[in-house]
Amino acid sequence: MTTLNSKIPEGPIKDKWTTYKDKIDLVNPANKRNIDVIVVGTGLAGGSASATLAELGYNVKAFAYQDSPRRAHSIAAQGGINAAKNYQGDGDSTYRLFYDTVKGGDYRSREANVHRLAEVSANIIDQCVAQGVPFARDYGGLLDNRSFGGVLVSRTFYAKGQTGQQLLLGAYSAMNRQIGRGKIQMYNRHEMMDVVVVDGKARGIIARNLVTGEIERHSAHAVVIASGGYGNVFFLSTNAMGSNVSAGWKIHKKGAFFANPCYTQIHPTCVPVHGENQSKLTLMSESLRNDGRIWVPAKKEDAAAIRAGKKKANDIAEEDRDYYLERRYPAFGNLVPRDVASRAAKERADAGYGVGHNETGEAVFLDFAAAIQRYGKEQAKIKNLDANDADLVTQLGKKVVEAKYGNLFQMYEKIVDENPYETPMMIYPAVHYTMGGVWVDYNLMTTIPGCYCIGEANFSEHGANRLGASALMQGLADGYFVLPYTIGDYLSDDIRTGKIPTDTPEFEQAEKEVQEKIDFFINNKGSKSVDHFHKRLGKIMWNKVGMSRNEKGLQEAIAEIKALREEFWKEVTVPGTADTYNEQLAKAGRVADFLELGELFAKDALERNESCGGHFREESVEEDGPQKGEAKRDDENFAFVSAWEYKGEPSDAVLHKEQLEFNDIELKQRSYK
Amino acid sequence: MKLTLKIWRQSGANDKGALVDYQLDGVSPDMSFLEMMDMLNEQIINEGGEPVAFDHDCREGICGMCSMYINGEAHGPDRGVTTCQLHMRMFQDGETIYIEPFRAASFPVIKDLVVDRSAFDRIQHAGGYISVNTSGNTQDANATPISKIDADKAMDAATCIGCGACVATCKNSSAMLFVGAKVSQYALLPQGQVEAADRVLNMVKQMDEEGFGNCTNTGACEVECPKGISLENIARMNREFLKASL
Repeated sequence: MTTLNSKIPEGPIKDKWTTYKDKIDLVNPANKRNIDVIVVGTGLAGGSASATLAELGYNVKAFAYQDSPRRAHSIAAQGGINAAKNYQGDGDSTYRLFYDTVKGGDYRSREANVHRLAEVSANIIDQCVAQGVPFARDYGGLLDNRSFGGVLVSRTFYAKGQTGQQLLLGAYSAMNRQIGRGKIQMYNRHEMMDVVVVDGKARGIIARNLVTGEIERHSAHAVVIASGGYGNVFFLSTNAMGSNVSAGWKIHKKGAFFANPCYTQIHPTCVPVHGENQSKLTLMSESLRNDGRIWVPAKKEDAAAIRAGKKKANDIAEEDRDYYLERRYPAFGNLVPRDVASRAAKERADAGYGVGHNETGEAVFLDFAAAIQRYGKEQAKIKNLDANDADLVTQLGKKVVEAKYGNLFQMYEKIVDENPYETPMMIYPAVHYTMGGVWVDYNLMTTIPGCYCIGEANFSEHGANRLGASALMQGLADGYFVLPYTIGDYLSDDIRTGKIPTDTPEFEQAEKEVQEKIDFFINNKGSKSVDHFHKRLGKIMWNKVGMSRNEKGLQEAIAEIKALREEFWKEVTVPGTADTYNEQLAKAGRVADFLELGELFAKDALERNESCGGHFREESVEEDGPQKGEAKRDDENFAFVSAWEYKGEPSDAVLHKEQLEFNDIELKQRSYK
Repeated sequence: MKLTLKIWRQSGANDKGALVDYQLDGVSPDMSFLEMMDMLNEQIINEGGEPVAFDHDCREGICGMCSMYINGEAHGPDRGVTTCQLHMRMFQDGETIYIEPFRAASFPVIKDLVVDRSAFDRIQHAGGYISVNTSGNTQDANATPISKIDADKAMDAATCIGCGACVATCKNSSAMLFVGAKVSQYALLPQGQVEAADRVLNMVKQMDEEGFGNCTNTGACEVECPKGISLENIARMNREFLKASL
C-alpha cells in the first residue's frame, strides 16, 4: 500500500551526497533561461532558494504575504546558526554535528538527510561571510562561537541576538541583486491560495493580491513551498502573527503527504503569558542558557509567597533555590535540549513550585547573577583592577552580559517592566517551531511531482526535536545548497516543455474554487470573528495536544476541533469586501486550514503511542532505573515517519509509514544525565 | 484603562481620509499597543464595522512591518522600540491617543494605517548587496580577519529593520539614515570594498528618484529609530558618496 520512496542514494553515508551530485542530470545555462520556478515564501529557505535559482539562470517568481521579503519570520531567530567548522578546536566535526542532530531529534529523522545537512553546514558560514553578514568576532578578528543546547561543543555562529535577521538580510540582499537583474519577479503582499496540478505535475499556483484582492494565475515548471511552520495552530506561539500552514495545507489537499504533524517544539525560555488579550509570545533566546541558570524555590511556601507577590526572587537564599536542570542533568546542566528543559519546567510548575504571577503559576527563573559575577571578576583581572571590589565587579560583569545579550534584555524589560540585570527573568515554555510538515524525499520533493518543500515547512531533518541554532542551518542548507541541485535533476526533463499556459481547465478550476471560498467568507455574515475561533482552537491545542498528551485528551481534542470547525463554517463573520486590503479575509482562510490541520495533528499524536522528542505521551514514561520519569521511546513499534494522505475529512486521512533505518548511529536511550 | 482613540481612516489610496473617534475601555497597562488595537478591532467587528487596517507581523520588534505615528511620534512615545513593543503602561487612564499612518510622499497610504514602503526595496535592488554567487567554494570564513571594532560597527548599521520611522519623522522625509546604514555596513567590511563606489552612487540615485528628501542634520531620525541607528552612518555615506564622485 505504501507509495513512499525516500530515494536515498546508495553507498556509505559520507559519500551519498557527493556521489549523488556527480550523477544527477544538469540543465545547461541556455536552457535554464526557458524554465520558470515559483517559490512561495521568502524566509531563509525561500529567500536563499530564490536567489540561488536565479543566479543559476532560472526565471524565478517569488511570493510573500508581507510587504517585503525582508520581513519573513526567519528574521526573528535570535541565537545563532550551527556549523561544523571546529574553529574552536573543541572536537567538532561533520560526524559529530550529524550525530548530535540525530540524537537530539530522538532518532526520528532520516540519517542521510541529516548527514548532508552537516556536510554543507560549513559552506553556509563561508557563503554568508562572503555576502557581508556581520557575524560576531573576537579581538583577533576571527569568528566567535557559542554553545547551544544538547551539544558539548561550541559550534554556533551568531550576530548578537539577531542572527536570523542578519542571515535573512543576507539572503534578501542576494535576492535584491537578482530582482535588480530581472531574474526574480517579486510578488509582495501576495498569498498563495492553491497549487495547480497539470497531468500529475505541479505547474503553477493561484495567488491573491492582498492589496487589490485580485486573483492571479501563475505558471511554472516547478513549485517550491517555503512557507515556514504551523505553530500558530496554537494561537499563542512565538511565530509571527501572519505565519500560517495554508501553503503546505493546500498542497497536502492536492496530493502531498503531511508528515509527523504532532512533532512540535515547545521552547523552554519564553516570556510567560500575561493575560487573555495576549496576541503572541516572545522568545528569549536559548543562547541565554549559556550563562543563565534556571531555578525555582526549593520550598513550596517560598514559591507561593513569590506568586502572591509577598517575596521577590532575590529574597530567596542560595541554599533554598533548586537549580533543577543542574540537579537532574549534571552532564548538560542548563544546556539540555529544548524538549527536556520544557518538560522539566512544566514538572516543577505542576508540582507547585512555579513562580508566575498568573493564576497557573506558570513561570520559572532564569538568573544571570552568577554570570555577572564570573564575567566581572574576569574583566577586573584583564583590566588589572580590584577583583574584590563587589560593585566594580558587578558593573563590569553587567557590561559583558549587555554586550552578549543586550537586545534580549531590553526586549524583556519592555514587555515585563522589570530589569533582568537586577532581578532574574521569569520564563516559561511556549510553542516555537514545528518539526513536522510536508513529507519530502531526499530531493526535497513532495509526493506531487515537481512540487518541492523546503525549510521549516517540510518535515525536515530534526526528527522529533530540533536542536537550537539548527533551523537557520536547515533553511539555508535547503535553499542555498541542496534544492538548487535536486531541482535541476527534475527540470532537466522540462527543457523542451516551453512556457506553461494558464488558460487551461486546471487553472480555471483552481481559480474558481478559490473565488468561491472568498465569496463564501464575505457573504457568510455570521456572528463571531475569525480570532474568536482561532483562540478557541488554540486553547484546545494547548490544553490537550500541548506539552504532554494522553489518549483521553487527544480523543476529546479530535472531537472538539471537528465541532469547532463545523461551527466556524456556520458562524464566522468577515467584515469588509474582497476587493480592498482585508486582513480578516486573509486570516479567515488561514484559520480554516488550521482547523483541519489541528485535527490531523491530534490524530497523529494519538496514533504515536510513544514519547519521543517534543511529543510526550503520558502513557510512555520510564518507570524505574536512573532514567525514571523520563520520556520512553518505542523503537520497535514507532521508528517510522508518519506520512498522512489527504482523503477529505482529517479523520479519513490515511497513514503511510516510512520506516527509518539507522545504519551509522546506534539507537539508544537519549540521556543528558 | 479607558481611552479615546483618534484614528486615521482611509479606505484606499485615492480616498481623502479623516480622523475617526473611538472609545475603548478595559485596556490593561501590560498590553502591547497592538494588542490594544486588536481589542479595538474585535469591538468594531462585533459592532458590525470594518476593523482598522494596520501592518504588523512578528510583534517582537524585528520584522519592521509595524508602523503608526502615535501622538506625533513614529512608533509612539517610548524610545528604542517599535510600535509592537510599545506597551500601554506608557499611557495614562483617560488619555486621548492620536494614531496616524507614517506620512511621506514616498510612502503612499494603502488603507487606514497601512502604507506602501516598496521604495525602500527598490533602493536595495539598486545596490544593497555584494555580488557573490552561491557556490560553496567561496574562501573560508576565517580567511580574512576583520577587526572586532569594524565588525561591531557594521553589525550596528546592519541592525536597521527597514521600518521607515526615520522617513516618517524627518521634516524632509529623508531616507538617508536607512540608505546610510546599508552603505555603512558594507563600507566597513572588506567584502564590500570591491563594489563600494558603484553601490553608493546607485543607491543614492535611486533614493533621489523615489522622491525622498535630503538630510539637514536635525537628527530626529536617530532619536526615533527603534534600533538606535546612528547619524554617523549618514556622514559615512556622504563620505563614500564624495569619494565615489571624485
